[in-house]
Amino acid sequence: MLGSPTLSPCRPAPSAYARFVSRTNGPAAPAMPDEASVWIAALRGPAPVRDRALAELHALLLRAARFELGRRRGQLAHLAPSDLDDLAVQAADDALMAILAKLDSFRGASRFTTWAYKFALLEAGVKARRRAWHGREIMIDDETWPEFAAAGRSAQERLEDGEMLRALREAVQTSLTPHQREVFSALALNGIPIDVLSERLGTTRGALYKTLHDARRKLRAVLEAAGYPIDAHTVVGGDT
Amino acid sequence: MTAEHRRRELLTRLLGPADPEVTCEECFELLDEYVELELAGADADRRIPGMREHLQGCPACHEDHESLRDFVLLSDA
Repeated sequence: MLGSPTLSPCRPAPSAYARFVSRTNGPAAPAMPDEASVWIAALRGPAPVRDRALAELHALLLRAARFELGRRRGQLAHLAPSDLDDLAVQAADDALMAILAKLDSFRGASRFTTWAYKFALLEAGVKARRRAWHGREIMIDDETWPEFAAAGRSAQERLEDGEMLRALREAVQTSLTPHQREVFSALALNGIPIDVLSERLGTTRGALYKTLHDARRKLRAVLEAAGYPIDAHTVVGGDT
Repeated sequence: MTAEHRRRELLTRLLGPADPEVTCEECFELLDEYVELELAGADADRRIPGMREHLQGCPACHEDHESLRDFVLLSDA
């Protein structure tokens, strides 16, 4: 431990927390919270101070990684507990390296610990998805088209649903590039996790999502031009 | 969940969100700020436009968001 209570990842009193959020998102430049200043000074400090800060931060990251892997126990049931913990340690190690590399980019828009946790949760989530799919063949160009549930739909509505899906299916074949079609099929139709696909194709989540985004825009345009009221059918607010 | 909601979810999975969205990189960059705004009861969607839409369109970023929100809640409890 660094011996400073300000490093404890506990939430400030609600009123102070609200003031912090208001301050960091108002028109003025965000002021770096004290908690973050302490962390960053320690991580850039002389060896003994830095080493203690690194150990404490790694412990927090490990806790976050174990939390994430715990949520995914069902997907990772084939792993022994020791392998699962090795995965958590790897995620914490990688998160710590990423944090140190990006320390200068911390903007103070959140608490330092919240900023740090996202690296550990990302690393653990990506590792879990990839481990869960390890050794599984993925059929990139195999399309598995879903169907709308018929329950509660009138005969006319079911007919319209079917027409819309047929139009969408045709647009996938005629309007997308081969790469867009592959990515759309893998991610949107077959439900392959984007981090698994990015590993298999040697690319990044962001690059794949950009391809998916462009493909979706094309498909939307085709359906809208054909008179289908797409925006009335997709989720536009509320919970995801 | 109603049949209509499932239907909308399926179309969103296929066609993505209707409105402009941030990229995966921007989502990760802003995620900690967005979560703290949400937990403070602030209007996170107004402060960070395009985030909610991206979380609807990208399952992986959606999971990352839920994980960070839940872990911060747990840590703060």
